[in-house]
Amino acid sequence: MLELRSIDAGYGSFQALFDVSLDVRAGEAVGVIGPNGAGKTTLMRVISGLIRPIRGTIAMQGTDVVATPAHRIVSLGIAHVPENRRLFPRLTVADNLKMGAFMPGARARYAERLDFVFELFPRMKERRHQMAGTMSGGEQQMCAIGRALMSNPKLLLLDEPSAGLAPVVVQQVFELVKRIRSSGLTVLIVEQNVQQVLRVVDRAYLLEAGTIRAAGTSTELAASDTIKQAYLGV
Amino acid sequence: MQSFLDIFDIYFLEAVINGILLGGVLALLALGLNLIFGVIDVTWICYAELVMIGMYGMYYLVQYFGLPYWAAAPLVILLVALLGAALHFLVIAPLLTAPPINQLLATGGVLFILQSFATVAFGIDFKNLGIRLPVLSLGDMNFSYARLLSFAAALLGMIGVYLFLTRTFTGTAIRAIAQDRQIMPLMGVDPKRLYLITSAIGGGLAGLAACLLVLQYDVHPFVGLSFGPITFLICVLGGLGNFIGGFIAAFVFAEIISLGGLFSDLEWGYVLAFGFFIVMMFIRPAGLLARRS
Repeated sequence: MLELRSIDAGYGSFQALFDVSLDVRAGEAVGVIGPNGAGKTTLMRVISGLIRPIRGTIAMQGTDVVATPAHRIVSLGIAHVPENRRLFPRLTVADNLKMGAFMPGARARYAERLDFVFELFPRMKERRHQMAGTMSGGEQQMCAIGRALMSNPKLLLLDEPSAGLAPVVVQQVFELVKRIRSSGLTVLIVEQNVQQVLRVVDRAYLLEAGTIRAAGTSTELAASDTIKQAYLGV
Repeated sequence: MQSFLDIFDIYFLEAVINGILLGGVLALLALGLNLIFGVIDVTWICYAELVMIGMYGMYYLVQYFGLPYWAAAPLVILLVALLGAALHFLVIAPLLTAPPINQLLATGGVLFILQSFATVAFGIDFKNLGIRLPVLSLGDMNFSYARLLSFAAALLGMIGVYLFLTRTFTGTAIRAIAQDRQIMPLMGVDPKRLYLITSAIGGGLAGLAACLLVLQYDVHPFVGLSFGPITFLICVLGGLGNFIGGFIAAFVFAEIISLGGLFSDLEWGYVLAFGFFIVMMFIRPAGLLARRS
């Protein structure tokens, strides 16, 4: 579904990704793990078009993502839940969800998608008239995922969904990712919480200092010595 | 003594109501400027000059082409909306990433260009529509229909903008972009297109204000100076980009001007308003409804 080939990317003269290649097949859940500053967020931003690669190609179901204007990439079926959620804090939950359905294709199915999101997150239905910025971190994460789902995506990009949340809430978020997966959506998830994410995904890539250091199924990676020592603390 | 108080109260009430009527048009102007500032993060120093061009538009359409007022008004609103979009496209868009001072200087330059253009093209003499609307007498109080009509139309214009901002996808995006500019592409929003739409709406509001002000004031190349500065003060007092703050501040200023004018000359009303502004800037420098951070 999604193919990245030899991606170099960065900000100004600072290069954050070096020759990154990565595949996500339809129906899969894929994780990208690695330490802080490894380039995980940059990777997500390159895919959704917030920054453009210096070199390399990205294809979404055969369409050249690099040549697509940033605001059209969501129409290719890629929805990005950004790091720190990035809700519109002084808009209501309902208006935040509405923004997720902004593109013309999604507007037509707005009511239908809203029902779907409210069914997935009954809490969002209760809070639909509340300002998004006044909710708890976990609720905001639900709202951010709901906003992304409003565009009826094929591929969901999740950037550190567990960041800044209490352990109990982190559990809930990962449960949610499982549910979203089972609804047939393809998921690419970036996480520092390696232990948790390996339980949810089929395969994962280890990104360190901007390069892919290892790749494999989640069982393979969970069993590998380097990952055990560096990330699982055993 | 008693009769003096009676008269005084009537004049006082008349001034209060006239203040509210004035506040409507000022609030309309402030809304246009706040919309531009909130969404695009630039200040159109030349905003009142767009109103001036619109007033000339009304003058020529009514006096030269013989159009009735109600037919000329939509044309002028459209004309100034296009002017707003052109201003964005030609002046602001190339300077979007430039330092704010450069944007201010550029729109300041447009102010002088428009004033000079009007002077050369239309001459410096005062012109009016030649429409004299009757005066409504309520007891001892007199209100001009021009002001009542302006107030009603300004209110309708603001309600229209409010519905647009709250009910439509584009309106919601306009409120959203001021809160997080960078992630708008993730929502499928093209900021450039949104900026152009907002500029056209801001221009359209200036056009509507022009249609209303031309009923009360003569038009000349420098007429923008009589309400441009006060519009900026209102926006700053309300908190730049804060629509509700601007709305409230418009009525606060209008009442100060109107009541100040009651106790002395109208000019003293303006002096009071500006003095109030300076004091408020010490007390609440970020505006009346500033968010506590």
